Amino acid sequence: MTDVNDEQLDALLSAAASGVDYDGLVAEHDVDGYRFETPDGTHEELTEAEFGELADRNPWFVSNWYYWRARDRPDTEVAFLRYLEGADDRPVTDRYETMADDGIVASWGQLRIDIALGEDGHRVYTVRNETEADTAIESLTVHTDPLEARELVKHDDRGRYRPLKTAPTLPTGWAFVDLDGRALAETVEYVYPATIANWHLERRGELDVDHWRETMERQSGIYSVIKTWDRGEGHEHVNWVAEACCADSQCLKRREWEYEDGTPLEVDGGDGEFPCREPCSLVVTAARQWTKLEGEETKRYEFELTPSEKEQIEAIVDAVADGEAESIREADIYEGANRYRARFLRAKRFDEEGRLCGVPTDDGS
Amino acid sequence: MQALVIVAHGSHLNPDASTPTYDHADTIREAGVFDEVRTAFWKEEPSFREVLRTVESEEVYVVPLFISEGYFTEEVIPRELRLEGWDLEQWDSDGTSATHATLEAADVDKTIHYCGPVGTHDAMSDVIVRRAETVTGDSEAGEGFALAVVGHGTERNENSAKAVHLHADRIAETGRFDEVKALFMDEDPEIDDVTDFFETTDIVVVPLFIADGYHTQEDIPEDMGLTDDYRTGWETPAEVDGHRIWYAGAVGTEGLTADVVIERAADAGADVGDAIETVRHRTRSDANASAGD
Repeated sequence: MTDVNDEQLDALLSAAASGVDYDGLVAEHDVDGYRFETPDGTHEELTEAEFGELADRNPWFVSNWYYWRARDRPDTEVAFLRYLEGADDRPVTDRYETMADDGIVASWGQLRIDIALGEDGHRVYTVRNETEADTAIESLTVHTDPLEARELVKHDDRGRYRPLKTAPTLPTGWAFVDLDGRALAETVEYVYPATIANWHLERRGELDVDHWRETMERQSGIYSVIKTWDRGEGHEHVNWVAEACCADSQCLKRREWEYEDGTPLEVDGGDGEFPCREPCSLVVTAARQWTKLEGEETKRYEFELTPSEKEQIEAIVDAVADGEAESIREADIYEGANRYRARFLRAKRFDEEGRLCGVPTDDGS
Repeated sequence: MQALVIVAHGSHLNPDASTPTYDHADTIREAGVFDEVRTAFWKEEPSFREVLRTVESEEVYVVPLFISEGYFTEEVIPRELRLEGWDLEQWDSDGTSATHATLEAADVDKTIHYCGPVGTHDAMSDVIVRRAETVTGDSEAGEGFALAVVGHGTERNENSAKAVHLHADRIAETGRFDEVKALFMDEDPEIDDVTDFFETTDIVVVPLFIADGYHTQEDIPEDMGLTDDYRTGWETPAEVDGHRIWYAGAVGTEGLTADVVIERAADAGADVGDAIETVRHRTRSDANASAGD
């Protein structure tokens, strides 16, 4: 424990006149002198020198107050940073001991955030992919400028473009180090845009959720067709959309929007820390295509398949839907979605025009 | 505090669609005249819908990184930003003359200065000229050169062609280039016949598009005959029918576009100090550096 920083002590002395009561630290100043209180004890009728000595013995309480209150931070940022270190639940001493020791570990989506104690009680944040929690920072590509996060998160580890920032495909191999609170919030903003703002609104009970119906009613241009998909005959189709797009395996946001106010969807919204407040542009774009496809009537087709071939088709759909097709090993011919198995099925069951069992899609084709 | 929010289309499919938006935001951020500089996209995140809540400033200047007035600037962006009481009349525009309107947004307690798109600002003419300098590597490029400004055409929006004509006319009036013409992808005069429209041997072709993508990197090069297959690339300049075509790619990728964004905000009342001069100077240095590579 080091002595209290002079600047912080001066700030506390001035603030005491209007009263300080923060995370267990109470500092007041009236005609009887100063009052200094921590969970360890209360001291009253103090001179400025005595007050300074007590502050000297409790620098963590003073710097904790200073870090959160004496600096100009937006409310959203304060709430987010305090949430990360559990400031509303963990006493100052407990947090400082942990930060000074191994650091406090927090998470946000797939981000692992390490909070260490910096100089004069300030925090130093480190951010990386949670799957690399045990990887030495030196073996990662190190960044200090939050803006660099934009390019880093553009592609997944397989080199594919990530149009959805909250898809659980955060790439690995990098770390942001030596960040202060502002830089941490900026970095998170570039990795998971608007998640902090919406999380904060939700905590205050002010999150403005736009449900499926109102979102689709709002659409125009090529997307205005989507509203015709809702025919007042139930909302099973929206359950399918949410199951397809919004499960935790596809998006880390916790879906808070429903079919409409008072009509919840039957599928789970997920367990993410930050909320999803309306169908996103990917859902809207996909819904336009589904609206067109779902306008078709069903038809009866007749296919001759062995039982294993039927199951193989189901296995192929599952593998694609779960993103596992590429991880099926080259020679694993026991998997229905194995490439050789699929090629065999195509060779046997597709005609030269690519039609399953030679069955035309339309009567005339 | 004042914030700048650049709103752009973005893409679900093309990872480079956002690049010019980020680049211009960075240039403006470095100029240091806005307390915050943010970007938002129709197809990427943060969305138009949620960007304003990420901004701390009470005065927010929203500049659309779009080429023309139309569906996006008139309908989609105001609706998605929840600009209360938005009415196209507030822009009082003839299709290319919108400057700004001041409104409130329904979900945040801020004043929103909603600006016209970058593509119709007079300063965009300078960006087209700068683009010609960059592609030819000649900061004096003009004499001995023809200039074709290329637009999409009227298929979706008549204002899109108006913006192309606006800049072609403005640049022609300066007399800097031997010839200047507006050409289009889907209407006459068509880009396919580019060499038919010019006497001058050297023709600089600048597409009035924000980002490089399918149109600027696949369609236009093939339509002009720069290459049979865009995937194999093309020469700059490329020989076509006895002419040399200097194809510049999307004008919106030119660094000087950042200046137009600032000018839009300044026209709407933002305090931009000497940022316009700074950015004009800095992006010129960058352009010369890249021309020398």
